[in-house]
Amino acid sequence: MTGRAPEPVTAAANPPVEPLEANLGARDVVRASAMPNLPAPDRSLTEVAKLIDVSKCIGCKACQSACAEWNETHPEIGVNTGVYENPPDLSAEMFTLMRFTEYDNPDTGNFEWLIRKDGCMHCAEPGCLAACPAPGAIVKYSNGIVDFIHENCIGCGYCIIGCPFDVPRISPRDNRSYKCTLCSDRVAMGQGPACAKSCPTQAIVFGTKAAMIEHANDRIADLKSRGYANAGVYDPPGVGGTHVIYVLHHADQPSLYAGLPDDPQVAATVSAWKGANKTIGLAAMGLAAAGAVLHGLFGRANRVSAEDEVEAQALVDREREGDA
Amino acid sequence: MTNAWTDIKNTDLAIVMGGNAAEAHPCGFKWVTEAKANRGAKLIVVDPRFTRTAAVADYYAPIRPGSDIAFLLGVIRWCIANDKVQWEYVRNYTNATFLVREDYGWADGLFTGYDEEARRYDMTSWEYQIGEDGFARVDPAMTDPRCVWNLLKAHVEVYTPDFVETVCGTPKDRFLKICEMIGTCAAPDRVMTSLYALGWAQHSKGAQNIRGMAMLQLILGNVGLRGGGINALRGHSNIQGLTDIGLMSNLIPGYMNLPRDSEPDFATYMASRAFRPLRPGQTSYWQNYRKFFVSFQKAMWGGAATAENDWAFDYLPKLDIPSYDILKMFDMMAKGEVNLYFCQGFNPLMSFPNRAKLTEGLSKLKLLVVMDPLQTETAHFWENHGAFNDVDPAAIQTEVLELPTTCFAEDEGALVNSGRWLQWHWPAATPPGAARGDVWIMSSIFRRVRALYEAEGGAFPDPILKLSWDYADASEPTPEELAKEMNGRALTDLADPADATQILLAAGRQLQTFGQLRDDGSTMCGCWIFSGSWTEDGNMMARRDNSDPGDAGMFLNWSFAWPMNRRILYNRASADLAGKPWDPARKLIEWDGAKWTGYDVPDIGVTAKPGEVMPFIMTNEGVGKLFSRKGMVDGPFPTHMEPFESPVENLLNPALRGNPAARVFPEDLAQMATGDEFPYVGTSYRLTEHFHTWTKHNLVNAALQPEFFVEISEQLAAEKGIRGGQQVRVWSKRGEVWAKAVVTKRIKPMICAGKTVHVVGIPLHWGFTGVARKGWGPNSLTPFVGDANIQTPEFKAFLVNIEPVEGGPLA
Repeated sequence: MTGRAPEPVTAAANPPVEPLEANLGARDVVRASAMPNLPAPDRSLTEVAKLIDVSKCIGCKACQSACAEWNETHPEIGVNTGVYENPPDLSAEMFTLMRFTEYDNPDTGNFEWLIRKDGCMHCAEPGCLAACPAPGAIVKYSNGIVDFIHENCIGCGYCIIGCPFDVPRISPRDNRSYKCTLCSDRVAMGQGPACAKSCPTQAIVFGTKAAMIEHANDRIADLKSRGYANAGVYDPPGVGGTHVIYVLHHADQPSLYAGLPDDPQVAATVSAWKGANKTIGLAAMGLAAAGAVLHGLFGRANRVSAEDEVEAQALVDREREGDA
Repeated sequence: MTNAWTDIKNTDLAIVMGGNAAEAHPCGFKWVTEAKANRGAKLIVVDPRFTRTAAVADYYAPIRPGSDIAFLLGVIRWCIANDKVQWEYVRNYTNATFLVREDYGWADGLFTGYDEEARRYDMTSWEYQIGEDGFARVDPAMTDPRCVWNLLKAHVEVYTPDFVETVCGTPKDRFLKICEMIGTCAAPDRVMTSLYALGWAQHSKGAQNIRGMAMLQLILGNVGLRGGGINALRGHSNIQGLTDIGLMSNLIPGYMNLPRDSEPDFATYMASRAFRPLRPGQTSYWQNYRKFFVSFQKAMWGGAATAENDWAFDYLPKLDIPSYDILKMFDMMAKGEVNLYFCQGFNPLMSFPNRAKLTEGLSKLKLLVVMDPLQTETAHFWENHGAFNDVDPAAIQTEVLELPTTCFAEDEGALVNSGRWLQWHWPAATPPGAARGDVWIMSSIFRRVRALYEAEGGAFPDPILKLSWDYADASEPTPEELAKEMNGRALTDLADPADATQILLAAGRQLQTFGQLRDDGSTMCGCWIFSGSWTEDGNMMARRDNSDPGDAGMFLNWSFAWPMNRRILYNRASADLAGKPWDPARKLIEWDGAKWTGYDVPDIGVTAKPGEVMPFIMTNEGVGKLFSRKGMVDGPFPTHMEPFESPVENLLNPALRGNPAARVFPEDLAQMATGDEFPYVGTSYRLTEHFHTWTKHNLVNAALQPEFFVEISEQLAAEKGIRGGQQVRVWSKRGEVWAKAVVTKRIKPMICAGKTVHVVGIPLHWGFTGVARKGWGPNSLTPFVGDANIQTPEFKAFLVNIEPVEGGPLA
């Protein structure tokens, strides 16, 4: 090891040749599901964001391809259902999806083909995390990435209900929930997400959130000069802002873009309900320090035992009782 | 491409017509997004479908497949009528001022000299008035009614906005808006680029579509400039290299011609290749043809090519017909006239027209050899795959040999991109199984054939026995050896013609440029345009320095571009007559009082004085040709022609069918349908998710676009009772396919000559091998006819019918 990987500020950079120490991990977790009393990390990373400029997107699906290749998923070879979306929906094998909307613009008389890359928005107030009853199954890092720690997932599906964007999907293979990680494993090594790296038109770019907002503003000025008076950035405040943001030609109507929520909120039921979990979660682990819990949880990747499964099931059973 | 991918960032206006750059060339298309984002450039798309390119365009207009010439000549007419002409450019850099013979003319859709019986033009009248001095006569004032400009004005008069709307189905207001956008680029400091691909080429008049845009770009003064040009986006990663190296039945490397039967000796062959300048003082670079040719012969036959035997001219085969192109070969095959067919990196069963005829042809071969990295449908044409390949294997006696080859990522060499860049690449993976490189396979076959000639003799074994084969390993010439041979070298010391005591290049040294080639046998060169790619300084194609002085987009130290590392052809035209850049902010080269300097390699003698030597040094005229003389078999100007299968008749002459000068075999003509029998216009295309018929072998690509579909409008779907996602049967007079229906707003019916025209879009990526779902391609349906000049099949406009199907063969 020659040093710690830098915090990435672009997806364009090539990986270093020398081995580097990962620069994103348990120590950077600021929130974890069902673990309300986490100690604050001893450092704070710069907030990152992925910007998806819908006006530059050609719908080529290179991002989908790169996502499947990087994450080594196996999307099924489906059928054509009369549309360009393939696979037909997000899945545990397809964390991102181009969604195509055909729109006759009544104001201009022009037809528009609105193409939006769908996937996890990495909310500042993640509804999934709030809804998740399994300790440490969903974490949020100080750089804004919301990640699923699959070893801790119990497959209950609450994250799907909690997500205002309908993103996570349970794998029928292992009954765990999957979604875009914002390539947290690449980010840890100073690299931007695979989708941004592969995007031929740089419709997807990556960097600090501040830089992405600045870039978005440049793009919005360009779009306004081309007659898109309502061009704007999509960084919805209802979820505290997001770490995946869009540039939209019609920012006044996000739902034009394959039902992107106009004003997403973390459901009130999820917010109210999460409070009850905290003690259950901690008690279940029987550990004093939440920081230690996290380190323990992260370290489990390669040793999920039958005992773990039983423990998790018991936990969710109790949760469900509590919920009822 | 006249220009380069990277240069597109310099444009003010990109027009994508006859192509779908975002979809078929997504990585190159990034330069359009650069121009848009950084220069505020606009993007126009004209296409029968609202494509993925259109999705990011500033303006879109629909057009009926096969009507592009009417549209383009309509734009030219509009530009002339509205004074959107770069006059100084047109007057000095085009043949607008040249006088044409009195007997040339055009009427009723036909040029003078047409022979209906032979489907051929006698081109005698398509010529300039030649003065007593042997030069073409010109009228600089352009008042003579016989000057090209006035002939052009008269020629385009019929293409009014109403005519364009009637023929093309393009709404007049959309057409006029596009004219206005294009017209802005007649200003010397505004530049448009044209990006096109097979959407223009795959028509029976494909070359004339491209001519139409080339003429428009000359009129706007946009050829030779940064951000301008006429840019063919090649559909395959090395198809530019294929044409450069002359892999056509009628070419030899570097765009030289194989001799014809009528050219039995070298003197006769050269007599028609004098390329004498048609104006005083012009370069006419093809005057060096003899040097290129003799050096090629020396590369082929070394010491056996001598002055005494006319440089082994007799070793070259002589063509008895204009070409043995693929359509001709398959026509011969279907007639039982071919015994052995080699398919190297080529899957004709899915990529050439009228699949039934292809299957018939392949079934009559004695031996089919397929060299390919993948299991192609062609190699398996004899297998029964139910409806997907409904043949009787027992009835097919063709022996098939599959020779697995390496693919591009497993071997070393150069690919030539659309911008003429020869980019060296290195193997990234080990070939699987028994796969071997194409060079090893071909070399091994050659050595065995040569051994047979050595053992058994033959009527004329010399071309085989004396073929130059000086490689370290005769079984496997290395990429380096081959590349050096294409670059060429001195065979004897090359003395300075001005001072015989000075040696310019010692024997055995690699050529620095094709300017060093000689016609006395003292140089050898496998492909003259590649000279400079591997010099004494090493492999220029392997260079990877991405510095870009002036942010000009030229990248002269990245790879090697033919010719002479020049990134923009005709770049002398980027400066005015005095040698000053038309747009100082977009300087390319300029005259500094003594020589040409700038960001690109000047496309003119570096000391050729401005105002004397004109920019288009490859033409005999020295200028760009609005009137192409005898360069094209179907007319010196484009003229509106319908596809062979069209829903409407040719408004210029209802008796005409298709391109009147296109070769069409009688059996195939009988299989051409009319709009009464087959009411809908089919058109073929690629999708971003796939690359030809390769990527259906790849899991991820197959998942992203799993199954064959066709696209139709909501209106046609309603008319025929077709639901999205439902199976449909599409058939033409030649075959049928089953597909899933994609019902879309992106295709809208058009009104042409009072008729509603529906388009059926048919992508081409599926077949019966690979991991994607089995399907068909458009080639089961398409007519067996090609472009009159270069025989590119008419895939983009043909007639079909469609119906919904319950319980068809698809999943």
